[in-house]
Amino acid sequence: MYTLPSKLKLFSIIIMVLGLAGITYGFLTAPKTIEDVKEIMAEQDAHHGGEHAVEAHGEEEHTANFVDVARGEEGYSEAAMEHATDLKPEGHGSASHEEHVLHQLQTRPWSATFVAAFFFLMIALGVLVFYAIQYASQAGWSPVLYRIMEGITTYLLPGSIIVFLIVVFAGTHFFPWQNEELVAGDKILQGKSGYLNFPFFVIRAVIYLLGWNLYRHFSRKNSLAQADANNYDPYRKNFKLSVFFLIFFIVTEATMSWDWFMSMTPHWYSTLFPWYVFASMFVSAITVIALVTIYLKSRGLIPFVSDKHLHDLAKYMFAFSIFWTYLWFSQFMLIWYANIPEEVTYFIIRIQEYKLLFFGMLILNFVFPILVLMNSDYKRVPWFVVIAAVFILVGHYVDIFLLVMPSTVGHNWYFGIPEIAALLFFMGLFIFVVGTGLGKVSLRPKNDPFIKESENYHF
Amino acid sequence: MSSHYEAPIREPLVLGEKSYHDISVDVGAPVLGKANKSWWIVFTIALIAFLWGLGCIIYTVSTGIGVWGLNKTIGWAWDITNFVWWVGIGHAGTLISAVLLLFRQKWRMAVNRSAEAMTIFAVVQAGLFPIIHMGRPWLAYWVLPIPNQFGSLWVNFNSPLLWDVFAISTYLSVSLVFWWTGLLPDFAMIRDRTTSPFQKKIYGILSFGWSGRVKDWQRFEEVSLVLAGLATPLVLSVHTIVSFDFATSVVPGWHSTIYPPYFVAGAIFSGFAMVQTLLIIMRKVSNLEAYITILHIEYMNKVILLTGGIVTTAYIIEYFIAWYSGVPYENYAYLSFGAATGPYWWAFWALIICNLIVPLTLWVKKLRRNIVWTFIVALIINIGMWFERFDIIVIDLSKDRLTSSWTMFQPTFVDIGTFMGTIGFFFVLFLLYARTFPVIAQAEVKTILKSSGESFKKLRAVHGDDHSHVQTVEPYPADAGPSANVEDKNFDSSFNDLDEETENNQVDYEANRGKIDNLLSGIGTFDPATQTQDDLKKISGVGPVMEQKLHQLGIFTFEQVSRMTDREYDLLDEIISEFPGRAKRDDWAGQALILKNKN
Repeated sequence: MYTLPSKLKLFSIIIMVLGLAGITYGFLTAPKTIEDVKEIMAEQDAHHGGEHAVEAHGEEEHTANFVDVARGEEGYSEAAMEHATDLKPEGHGSASHEEHVLHQLQTRPWSATFVAAFFFLMIALGVLVFYAIQYASQAGWSPVLYRIMEGITTYLLPGSIIVFLIVVFAGTHFFPWQNEELVAGDKILQGKSGYLNFPFFVIRAVIYLLGWNLYRHFSRKNSLAQADANNYDPYRKNFKLSVFFLIFFIVTEATMSWDWFMSMTPHWYSTLFPWYVFASMFVSAITVIALVTIYLKSRGLIPFVSDKHLHDLAKYMFAFSIFWTYLWFSQFMLIWYANIPEEVTYFIIRIQEYKLLFFGMLILNFVFPILVLMNSDYKRVPWFVVIAAVFILVGHYVDIFLLVMPSTVGHNWYFGIPEIAALLFFMGLFIFVVGTGLGKVSLRPKNDPFIKESENYHF
Repeated sequence: MSSHYEAPIREPLVLGEKSYHDISVDVGAPVLGKANKSWWIVFTIALIAFLWGLGCIIYTVSTGIGVWGLNKTIGWAWDITNFVWWVGIGHAGTLISAVLLLFRQKWRMAVNRSAEAMTIFAVVQAGLFPIIHMGRPWLAYWVLPIPNQFGSLWVNFNSPLLWDVFAISTYLSVSLVFWWTGLLPDFAMIRDRTTSPFQKKIYGILSFGWSGRVKDWQRFEEVSLVLAGLATPLVLSVHTIVSFDFATSVVPGWHSTIYPPYFVAGAIFSGFAMVQTLLIIMRKVSNLEAYITILHIEYMNKVILLTGGIVTTAYIIEYFIAWYSGVPYENYAYLSFGAATGPYWWAFWALIICNLIVPLTLWVKKLRRNIVWTFIVALIINIGMWFERFDIIVIDLSKDRLTSSWTMFQPTFVDIGTFMGTIGFFFVLFLLYARTFPVIAQAEVKTILKSSGESFKKLRAVHGDDHSHVQTVEPYPADAGPSANVEDKNFDSSFNDLDEETENNQVDYEANRGKIDNLLSGIGTFDPATQTQDDLKKISGVGPVMEQKLHQLGIFTFEQVSRMTDREYDLLDEIISEFPGRAKRDDWAGQALILKNKN
C-alpha cells in the first residue's frame, strides 16, 4: 500500500494555492479596455521603438498580396483575414488592430490555463488508452503496472471536467467561429456551421467526457473485482470493454482535436492533425507511467516490477518519440511542400513568432530522447530514464503551448506568471489526485490471468 | 528469449505431441520430398500467366507506352496502381519480422518466413512497373544520382519519385538480409537432413557454414534484433514516401497530410490479407496445420481488424475534412460526395465495400476463426486495396482543375495482361520457394515449443506450472564416451558384478530359443574347456548389464563378437530389445577384432 507522503501532499497543496493565486492574478491584470492596450503598446514601443517603424512598411506590403485578395473573393470575412494574416502587429489599421490586441491579451490567461489543464488531462487520457491497449492486446508484460496506470487515470475525472469548463466558457477567446458577427460575413465559416456550432460543440464535449470517464470507472471496477474473483469473468469483461473504448477513442480523439484545437483557426485544416495530437498525448502518458514507476520502485513499494519492465517503458518512450517526430515531419513536410496559402499560415506564424520554441521542441522531443535512450542498457538505469522523461515532458508541454498560443494570442505571447501559475496549479492537482488514487488499493494486481507471466517476465 | 513462463490462458501455438525432431521432419518434408500433382498444376497456371505478362511487357517496351490506356489527363493509372499495390503487399513481411519481433509476439515465428518471402517477391513485382514505365528500361540507371551533364533536372531531388528509388531499394536489401539471416539455421537443418549430396552442397553454401554453436546463436539473435530495429523505420519510410508521391503530386493544389500514416496502415492491411491468402493454402498443401494454426489465422485477422480500423478512420477523416475545408475542389477528390455519386461511383463503392464493410465481419469471433471465410475476406481486401490506389489516382486525375480535360480511363489488354503477368510471376516465385526453402522458421518455432506447445501446456495443466519439461531419454552410458567407464552413475564398482539390477537381468530363453541358436550359428559357440572368456566390458558400449546378457546368450569372447555382421546385430536387437541399433552403431565387431588381436 502506498500513501501520499505528508510532505509531498503539503507541497502539492502549496503549489496549487500558489498556482491558483497566479491564475487569478493573470485574469485580473488582463487589460480591460483599449486604453490599457495603448498604454502597454506605448511601453513596448519605448523599449524598442526604432525597429518597429522600419518594419511597419515592409510588412504592409507583404500582407497585401494576391493570396489575401483571393481570400476575400473566396469568402473570407475581413476580420478572419486579419486574424489569419496577423503575423506582425504593424500590418493593419490602428483602431481595429488595438482591438485585436486587446482581444488577444484578454485571451492570454485563458490560453495559459488551458495549455496546462489539457497537458495534464492528456497524460491521464493517454495512460487510459495505454491501459486499454494492454487489455485489448492481452499483453503479458504489463499487468504488474495496472494499478499504477489506474492510479494515474484517477486524474481523468477532475482534469476532464476542468478542461470541459474551460472550452465551454472560453467562447470567442479560443473559437472565432463562435463570434456570430464574424461568421455572418464569412461564407466559408457559414459552410462549416453544421459542425462548428455551439450546441453541437457542447454535446460533443459531453460525449467525450462521459465516454472516457465511464470506461475509466468500469475498467477500474472490473480490475479490482478480478482481485477477489475466482474466475476470469471480470477480466473478460474488461477485455471487451477495452476494445470498445479504443474504437470510441479513435473517433472521439479526432473530433476532440478538431473541436478544441483545430477550430481555433477555423479556416485551417490538416487531415493528420488528430493523430499528431494523439502522438503527443501518448508519448507523454507513457513517460509519466515510467516516472511514477521509478518513484514507487525507489520507495520499495513494487518489488514485483523489475528493471525489464522499466526497459520496456523506456522503449515505448523512445519509439513514440520517434513516432511523434514522424507525424510532425509528415504534416510539416507536406504543408511546406505544397505551400498552399490556407494551410501554410499555420506554420508561418509558428516559425516567425515562436521560432525558438518551434525548433527547440524538436530537439527536446526527438534529438534528446533518441540520444539518451538509444543504448539498450541505459533504458534500465532509472536516472537516465528520468532525464529523458523530463526532456519529453517539457517538450510536449511546449508542443501543446504551440498548438494553442499562436492560434489564440498570436504574437502577444509571453511565458510569465499566468503560464507558470497554471502549470503549478495543475501539477499540484495532478500530484495530489494521482497520489491519493495510488494509495487506495494494493499496488499488486491479484488474480489477473497474465499477472504471473508479467512477474516472471524476462528477455 | 521466449522460453519463460507463459500464462495458461493463452492458446497453444504448436498443436499435437510435437518433439524437436518432429518439427525438423515436418518443416523439411516439402523440401526433401517430391512435389505433388496440385503443385504442378498451380505452377503451370502461374507460369502461363507469367509468360503472358512477359509478352505484354516485351510488347510495351518494343512498341512504347502508348499501348497502355493512358491519356493526356490520366497520365498514370494501372502501372502506378499496381506498383503501390505490390509495394503495400510487400509491407507485411517485414512488419511481421521486425515489429512483431520487437513486440516479442511468439506467433510470428510460424508465419514470418513466408511473409518475408512474400515481401521480397512482391517488391520484385512492384519494381517492374516503374522500370517498364520508363519506356526505355535500359536507361533505368538514370534514376540514380550519377555525375552527369544533363542539368539540374537530372536527378531531380525535389521529386518524391526519386526518393522512392532510394526507399525501395534500401527496403529490398534490408528485407533480403533479414530474411536470409533467419534462414541460416534452417538451411543448415536441411543440409544436415538431406541424403542427396547435391542438396547437401547447395544448402551448405546457403547456410554460410552454420555450425549451431552457442556463438552462432548469440550472433544470430543479436543480428536479428539490430536488423529488426533497422527494418522498423524502413517499413514506415517506404510507404511514407510512396504516399508522398500522391500527397504531393497527383493533382496540383490538392494534398492531404494524413497520407503517410494512412498509407502505412493500409499497406499492412493489404499485406496481411495477402499473407492470409498464401498461408491458408500453404498450411494445407504442405501439411503445416500444426504450426500455422487457427489461432495464427485469428491473430492475423485481428491485425487486419486493427489496421483496417485505422484505414477506416483515415477514410472518415479524409471525407470529413474534404467537406470541412470548404474548398469546392475537394468534391472532386476520391473520398468525397462527388466521387460517390460521380462517374466513378462504382470504384468508390468497391473501395468502401471491400475495405470497410466486408472486414467488419471479422469482428465476429466465429467468422474470424473460419478458414474459408477468412480466405474470402482476404481476397476481397486485396481487391479493395487495389481499388484504393486506383481511386486515388484515377478518380482524382479524372476531374482535374481544368474541366475541359476531364475524362475517364480505359485499360487495354496490355494493362490487364501485365498485371496478370506479375501475379503469375509472384506465384511462380512463391511456389518455387515453397519447394526449396524451409517455409517455417523451424529453429525459432523450437524455441517456443516448451512454452507454447500444446503437449507441454497440457503437461502443465495436469502437473502444475513448475513441472519439469525435460524429456527423459533412456540413459545410454556409452554416450559419455570413455568417461562412461569411470565409476559413477553408470556402475558403482567395477567389482560388483552381481548387483540387484544384473540379478534381475534375464533373457527370455524360451521365446528366443530359435534366434539364439541362429545367432550362435553365425558367430560360433564358446567352449569353457578350451577357451577363456574375455572381459567384454572392454568393448565400448558394453556395460556390466549388457555383458551379463551376452553371457546368458552364450557369448563370452572377443572372437565371437568380432564375427558379428548386420544379420547378427539384428538378431541381437530382437533378443535384447532395450538398446536397438547400439551394437552396430558402436561397431562392436570391429572393436572386438582389435581387442582379440591385442590378446
